[in-house]
Amino acid sequence: MSTLLETSSERTSQSASPSNPAFSPAIGRWLLNGFASFVLVFLLLPTLIVIPMSLGHASYIQFPPQGLTLKWYRAYFDSADWMSATWFSLRIALATTASATVIGTLASFAVVRGNLPGIRALQALTLAPLIVPHIVLAVALYLVFAPLGLTGNFVGFAIAHTMLSVPYVMLTVSAALQRIDPALELAALNCGASRAQAFWHVVLPNIAPGVAAGAVFAFLASFDEATVAFFISGVEGKTITRKLFEDIDYNLTPIIAAASTVMIVVSLALMGGVEWLRSRSENSGS
Amino acid sequence: MANTTISEHSVAGQLSRPASLALVLPLVLLLGLAFLLPVANLLMGSIFTPAPTAEHYLRIAQEPIFLRILLRTVQTATIVTLLAFLLGYPLALVMSRLSGRAAMLVAACVLIPLWTSVLVRSYAWIVLLQRTGIVNNTLLNWGLISQPLKLIYTEGAVIVAMTHVLMPYMILPIFSSLRSIAPELDRAARNLGAGHWTSFLAVTLPLSLPGVYAGAIMVFILSLGFYVTPALVGGPQNLTIATLIGQQTTDLLNWPFAGALAGVLLLVTLGLVGVFRRFLRFGKGA
Repeated sequence: MSTLLETSSERTSQSASPSNPAFSPAIGRWLLNGFASFVLVFLLLPTLIVIPMSLGHASYIQFPPQGLTLKWYRAYFDSADWMSATWFSLRIALATTASATVIGTLASFAVVRGNLPGIRALQALTLAPLIVPHIVLAVALYLVFAPLGLTGNFVGFAIAHTMLSVPYVMLTVSAALQRIDPALELAALNCGASRAQAFWHVVLPNIAPGVAAGAVFAFLASFDEATVAFFISGVEGKTITRKLFEDIDYNLTPIIAAASTVMIVVSLALMGGVEWLRSRSENSGS
Repeated sequence: MANTTISEHSVAGQLSRPASLALVLPLVLLLGLAFLLPVANLLMGSIFTPAPTAEHYLRIAQEPIFLRILLRTVQTATIVTLLAFLLGYPLALVMSRLSGRAAMLVAACVLIPLWTSVLVRSYAWIVLLQRTGIVNNTLLNWGLISQPLKLIYTEGAVIVAMTHVLMPYMILPIFSSLRSIAPELDRAARNLGAGHWTSFLAVTLPLSLPGVYAGAIMVFILSLGFYVTPALVGGPQNLTIATLIGQQTTDLLNWPFAGALAGVLLLVTLGLVGVFRRFLRFGKGA
């Protein structure tokens, strides 16, 4: 049916535009698809090029890479500096995920279902960390953290990254809350459940995919965060992004490519998880 | 029958004000202490150091070098926004017409860069553009140039790398705008005698403009305050307002002046958000 419609409209348009023979639909579509493919390559290639770069033998960046080796990965995993930066980042990201998810989920519930004064101001404030340039936040946090000994410090990072990540949790959890029927919760309340019981047994299971997606976004927003981390890192306590930043600036070895590949794998695995959650919740629900 | 119960309970189902306030309290504390307070402290420092003074702001206006940097930042952001639009729109258009597996694949290709650390992508551009990098080597091998070109640490490198890094923010809102246009409209236009090109210009493009505005504002704002990519890919000659703020903070320790620059950047950013608020949509998802 739809193909029939399309062929008939195709015919109509061809016969109707003799004034414009240079722009035949076929050539136009061919040009458009070609250009779009070129843009896709432009988007993807520079992102993924570090993967082959991390596998070559030469100790400088060479393309195409010669030989195939995992020695840069061994160097990365054997380096005390790289390992301590990686673990520091992972610990911060996990703490950030936990605190941002809890704080963000509770607040989203209050915003969507609650009775709050100044809700518009609160919503604007919640999104502000996404808008305000990270360089401004980086310098601002550095000036407050330095005298308190919170630079290069796990707690300092957890606070800063929770602030940067909580908007992502609020966005995904609020969206999930708006999708579920408030009647479900009312039914639980009518049956004698307390507010907390209704939240725990009825609301939370229904918004779980949204909460999980928010948690993944929070993890990645912390793990990949570079600007604030650059300014509030210390000589000892530095994140993998700060370490990458320093080495890219002073010491371009293929270990950077190996570390970058590790970061790409972490990001893609987590994003794949979110996609999986989303497709599952779309297939099962509404 | 059910009507009365639901309307009775939609008020009762709302969270009480004290409970709502208790649930948002952690969020408000977090944003107050880790966001508002540091930013206010930075801005106060730029006005009250040493005594109430406008000298730091006047310095930005009076010294030509700083005006030049501000101007260059706006110019770079404008070029990046235009390039992201010109490259991103056709891709979004093709994406919006795909379905099934192909659509998923292309969407993944757009989302993968978005969730790969900015540092990794900036590093990739160094690998591509450096003196012995892939672009120079390829051009040398093809005999198109006889000496390596200076590509990295230039204005051009900053523009290309930033366009690459920020383009997904342009593509996604345009894509969702295009997706929401009923395909019948294009078909109707063509049945009424419009060619593909006319139908695109008269129907599709105007209807997708909200997405274009959203993408353009997002890319422009993000590139105004972008730190990582200009700091790594640009040279000392290519300072932007963000890298200048960083330099004033870490190298020159002139925090009041860094605060004044941050104040200007913040004002411009929030001003743009205020004016174009209705176009903005947030989040890193599709």
